[in-house]
Amino acid sequence: MTVVGTRMVRKEDPELLTGESRFVDDLVIPGARWLAMVRSPHAHARIGSIDASEALAMPGVEAVLTGPDLRDAWVAPMPCAWPVTDDMGNPEHFPVALDKACYVGDIVAVVVADSRYHAADGVDGVVVDYEPLDVVVDLEDSLTDRVVIHDALGTNRSYTWELIPDPEAVDQAFASAVHVVKERYLQQRLIPAAMEPRGVAVVPQPHGGEFTLWSATQIPHVLKVMLTATAGVPEHKLRVVAPAVGGGFGSKLNVYAEELITLAVARQLRVPARWTEERGENAHATIQGRGQIQDIELAADADGKVTAVRVHLLADMGAYLQLVAPGIPLLGAFLYHGLYDVPAYSFTCTSVFTNKTPTDAYRGAGRPEATYAIERAMDALARTMGIGPDEVRRRNFIPTEAFPYNSAGGLVFDSGDYAPNLAKALDLVRWDERKAEQARRREAGDPVQLGLGISTYVEMCGLAPSRVLASLKYGAGGWEAAQVRVLPTGTVQVVTGATPHGQGHETTWSMLVADKLGVDTDDIEVLHSDTAISPIGMDTYGSRSLAVGGTAIVMAADQVVDKARTIAAHQLEVAEEDLDFAGGLFTVAGSPDKELSIQALAFEAFTAHDLPDGMEPNLHASVSWDPPNFVFPFGSHIAVVEIDTDTGHVELVDYVAVDDCGNQVNPLIVEGQIHGGIAQGVAQALFEEAVYDEDGILKNPTLMDYLVPSTMELPSFTLDHTTTPSPTNPMGAKGIGEAGTIASTPAVMNAVVDALSPYGITDIDMPATPERVWQAIQAAGDGSSNGGTP
Amino acid sequence: MQTTITVNGSVHASEVEGRRLLVHHLRDDLGLTGTNVGCDTSSCGACTVLVDGRSVKSCTMLAVQADGRQITTIEGLADGSTLHPMQEAFRACHGLQCGFCTPGMVMAAVSLLDEQPDPTEADVREGLEGNLCRCTGYHNIIKAVLSAAGAER
Repeated sequence: MTVVGTRMVRKEDPELLTGESRFVDDLVIPGARWLAMVRSPHAHARIGSIDASEALAMPGVEAVLTGPDLRDAWVAPMPCAWPVTDDMGNPEHFPVALDKACYVGDIVAVVVADSRYHAADGVDGVVVDYEPLDVVVDLEDSLTDRVVIHDALGTNRSYTWELIPDPEAVDQAFASAVHVVKERYLQQRLIPAAMEPRGVAVVPQPHGGEFTLWSATQIPHVLKVMLTATAGVPEHKLRVVAPAVGGGFGSKLNVYAEELITLAVARQLRVPARWTEERGENAHATIQGRGQIQDIELAADADGKVTAVRVHLLADMGAYLQLVAPGIPLLGAFLYHGLYDVPAYSFTCTSVFTNKTPTDAYRGAGRPEATYAIERAMDALARTMGIGPDEVRRRNFIPTEAFPYNSAGGLVFDSGDYAPNLAKALDLVRWDERKAEQARRREAGDPVQLGLGISTYVEMCGLAPSRVLASLKYGAGGWEAAQVRVLPTGTVQVVTGATPHGQGHETTWSMLVADKLGVDTDDIEVLHSDTAISPIGMDTYGSRSLAVGGTAIVMAADQVVDKARTIAAHQLEVAEEDLDFAGGLFTVAGSPDKELSIQALAFEAFTAHDLPDGMEPNLHASVSWDPPNFVFPFGSHIAVVEIDTDTGHVELVDYVAVDDCGNQVNPLIVEGQIHGGIAQGVAQALFEEAVYDEDGILKNPTLMDYLVPSTMELPSFTLDHTTTPSPTNPMGAKGIGEAGTIASTPAVMNAVVDALSPYGITDIDMPATPERVWQAIQAAGDGSSNGGTP
Repeated sequence: MQTTITVNGSVHASEVEGRRLLVHHLRDDLGLTGTNVGCDTSSCGACTVLVDGRSVKSCTMLAVQADGRQITTIEGLADGSTLHPMQEAFRACHGLQCGFCTPGMVMAAVSLLDEQPDPTEADVREGLEGNLCRCTGYHNIIKAVLSAAGAER
């Protein structure tokens, strides 16, 4: 009985449901000192004197450390592992600021105390003398260098990056175009807001020289390398552990100042040290997502066939570059033509610094931005031509027979079958019926208008072929590692380099190995997230863990079965080809007395009493696998909104998603990933924005006014799927963790614009708040004020 | 200040600062780390417990205010190794992913069904409005609570 493909409930749940799991703040560390950070309240200021005398006089406060106090702790500045161009400007910065604070939240001092309450008290007792400087928050203003943030660079421009394989072809296409669409969209800053704030704990062994660091991180393996490179702790003496982690969405994929600071303080004071983030800190000091001005142009022929796409981005890095921040806009660089067969392509991105929280990866990381721009622009093309948004897409889909498809940007899309997928979604949402309802309401002048919005997407995930990463100047590889061990008493351990934080890896890897080895999923334990237990890995982000990590696991499992087969053949004195393997048992057709279970063979491998000549003992296999390509999930999402034209309120009343991630290992988990992804993408369209004023102050750093959706803001979703296997890996599986977010934002905004089209409205900035919608309706004028037909 | 609280049936007498939050007293002093802190404005509900049978966000209550009360935390729901029906429903319906909001969500859901044994989907959404989740999009949480309600009927 196979389990892959079934809706198996998760193995990880009982400990999470009972509160038994240990998140970083749950760890009990006797003798640990609590750290609290003194953060700049100014977006741009020179740091003068720091007077800690009041803090040091408070009960329980043991030390206050400033930037100069900790300068010798660092052997290198904070790391950026993606220098996207040779001339990229990367201002040197350290975990605790030295001369200047460059954003609200920048750390200027560290309080060390005996309890979390005393550490927090201490922060109020540190008096910092700031000399405020001019602030730059607007991207176009930053580009003028009116206010230069980093003197060493002399400019706010970090880099300009281009992907223009054939500039003449692009110019030609626009010169001869029948239809040209030219749009500007704003990608507002988002706060990832994982429910678990960040936290770090470090236990040193002062005489032994070892350090154990726990962090709410998505990347223990990468973090370990970077901690060594920055704080000089020898890599072979450093153990990094991600305990239970409460969500990441890319925001826990970074090397943070607080991680380095906690390590340095523990080393310096020779005691355990720990820090837990408050939500208000999280809004300021955890990376934010998005932040772009997008200019996109489409050239199309008389039939609406897009002949060229030209894109220019202005991207917001924030105050300093983070671990992979410069590359985030570039992860979308190859996808601004979407899943359409576009022959000519031009992409340029300029990234600048601002006096705001640094940006980096947030669910989708560059690909939601790309999908948003092309999907909104395709609707604009449809409007220009007077054809339906479904029709303009059908005319432009990459045809099924074109796969594997060589895209204009230079990628090979592995597999796709777009038209039937869209047809399924249109059917599921009852498109014609709803369009008729929309027409009826318009005719009747109903104050509550209906809007339907389509988003057809392709995304590139399963990061990534290491050679492609090299060509993009990414500082690491994209492989993943696995070990499968059958223990002497017959149970199985799977060691993975992937690092789950809610995605159900333990269940999914157990299912894969259960089918391969013919063992029960309860007899498999998945080990992960601890560099002492899983020493090799590239961690979890970019929807890579199944496509890349899962492949390493199934390859290792295959090797285990192959080795077991060789031992069985040897011990049963038959040829390997004469052995059948099913249900964990090797048998010989016609010889019922000849059989050996994989558990028995594991014990044989352990005793090594009778192994073939030259064979190593133990039934283990280790694999590191580098994928030959990305994987390209795709789908069609359709949003149905109701807009109250009297108040501007937008209600998402229905949402259909038909996704294709190839072969599914656990549809229950796949659906959960899509649900969560949709929620975050809808939130960008309707609710969320990190709002900064002209002084660089974040106006909404709490969950009261940064509107992470609750149960009341979202409907239940209608999901279906198609299955187009990927040729990129043996499972035929593609990633799905970010696809929901990538698809949903333009689906909702296209629906909003569709609802408002009788007013002649063609764009609303995100989020489409009631105020924005209402203002747009008022500005549109005629027909709205007297309740007549719009 | 002295405070005596019964938590999951066990009596705990402690000396605490007046300003100590109940959630910190439960987590740090009594070692019951299942209840989580997710925000600083009582917006997220990760800290939800039952106080004398009613759901309360334990970050909005001082430990001393719990003096003489009966608290139930997530650790008090299961009966030995047997999960509470709400916990079972969450598992069956995949109503959790990272699990950080889950203890508070489950406690709030238990309290919801206690007050409204036969809720509609709209009732469940309204009843859980004070509990934020960033992973699930709520779809399966709603299913889990309706399933638990159905099972209890």
